Amino acid sequence: MSLKNVAIIKYNAGNIRSVLFALERLGVSAVVTDDHAIIRQASHVIFPGVGAANSAMPYLRERGLDALMKSLQQPFLGICLGMQLMCRHSEEGDTPCLGIFDIGVKRFPAVEEHGQRLKTPHMGWNQLYNLRSPLMQGLHEGDFVYFVHSYYAEAADACVATCRYGLPFSASLHRDNFYGVQFHTEKSAAVGEKILQNFLAL
Amino acid sequence: MESSFDQQQQPADRVASGSGIGLTKRIIPCLDIKDGRTVKGVNFVNIRDAGDPVELAIQYAAQGADELVFLDITATQEGRKTFADLVLQIARHINIPFTVGGGISSIDDASRLLDAGADKVSVNSSAVKRPELVDELATEFGSQFVVVAIDTRSVPADDSFVPADGVLGIVHTHGGRKPTTLDTVAWAREVYNRGAGEILLTSMNTDGAKTGFDLVITKAVVDAVDIPVIASGGAGTAQHFADVFMQAGADAGLAASIFHYGEIPVPVLKQYLAHHQIPVRL
Repeated sequence: MSLKNVAIIKYNAGNIRSVLFALERLGVSAVVTDDHAIIRQASHVIFPGVGAANSAMPYLRERGLDALMKSLQQPFLGICLGMQLMCRHSEEGDTPCLGIFDIGVKRFPAVEEHGQRLKTPHMGWNQLYNLRSPLMQGLHEGDFVYFVHSYYAEAADACVATCRYGLPFSASLHRDNFYGVQFHTEKSAAVGEKILQNFLAL
Repeated sequence: MESSFDQQQQPADRVASGSGIGLTKRIIPCLDIKDGRTVKGVNFVNIRDAGDPVELAIQYAAQGADELVFLDITATQEGRKTFADLVLQIARHINIPFTVGGGISSIDDASRLLDAGADKVSVNSSAVKRPELVDELATEFGSQFVVVAIDTRSVPADDSFVPADGVLGIVHTHGGRKPTTLDTVAWAREVYNRGAGEILLTSMNTDGAKTGFDLVITKAVVDAVDIPVIASGGAGTAQHFADVFMQAGADAGLAASIFHYGEIPVPVLKQYLAHHQIPVRL
């Protein structure tokens, strides 16, 4: 695994340090870059992010990173905002996104269907269900991961793990070489480490 | 590939469904740090250096703590530098989220800690002094990064005034010693409106007494804001956590000495809560 050549997409969204450290704990070093050639040559590409869709997309477009990411063939993992940006559109600032997944990203309602208040962000440990992806291999239904987000990807065909916060939403997406996780693998204790390991083994 | 997944495992034994919302209640050990070392003694059997915050943090993460809070009580600039270095080491070694607080009064202070790998920063006196700090931090880093810590007492510590009727708490600064004129519930609502992502509420009436969390002020703050509230101050038994979750609606419970001295190990506490139908991560 130490021979992996991992590129982390550098852009205007935080949280990259935590992802680097999580990889380091797995014995993998990664390069943080927006250099197209380096990203193309990577064995694995990680697209992390804590921030806002409407400030991230213009930044990615200006640097041609949007088209580059869509064209990549190697295993690609979007984390949190990264996964949302892989979708078609986000209600956050009414932003057209990459469209790798034909799914809309919406804001959590203030009240769920039974009238209970829903605090946003959805912050804390919640459970994964309906697991079906190489990324989730070795996990169990009901495993806990750590979430921090105010917008969610709707449940859809590409969904390979669901979670529930007032309503069901996509905790993980998968199509071809593209994977996304709404939760923070790098902060999700042993379960998160297992998912990162699975990704690096692809 | 898919046949290898254990899809049919029943989740019912893993979490008790209390709220129906999905999120679990969080258990948060808090470590006070001075000059890069933990302040209070600890009583862990497997620990080599009880003063090493990184080793303690790893231990807590392994025990199933949901998050950690590190409060820097160092007063010097030098100590602050040491703390930032420590935050980097914590981020390097633990795989759960953590909040850092103490002496943060600007975007630059917070930025340094974010770069070091902190998931959230907590501000207290500096927000009372200049409430715009909360807006600035939320705008710059997002609300999820901003915890406002509020120390509250039912009456001013120095008896300097009598709170108006209906006021349940008065905000204090300087470790709970110095009263302000702020109504705790109104202040909580203000920082929520300014973009705080979470409130860490410590009742100085119950802090250290181990007689239970202050349910009255906690419930009042929980009802006043639409962001998570971490209850702190007074935990002495596992039942105290159950009370603050069920009766006051807190989203998380924070404690220090009962964890540090091994009085209630985190796994024991979580088993107790699960047994009492409170959703926790096991």
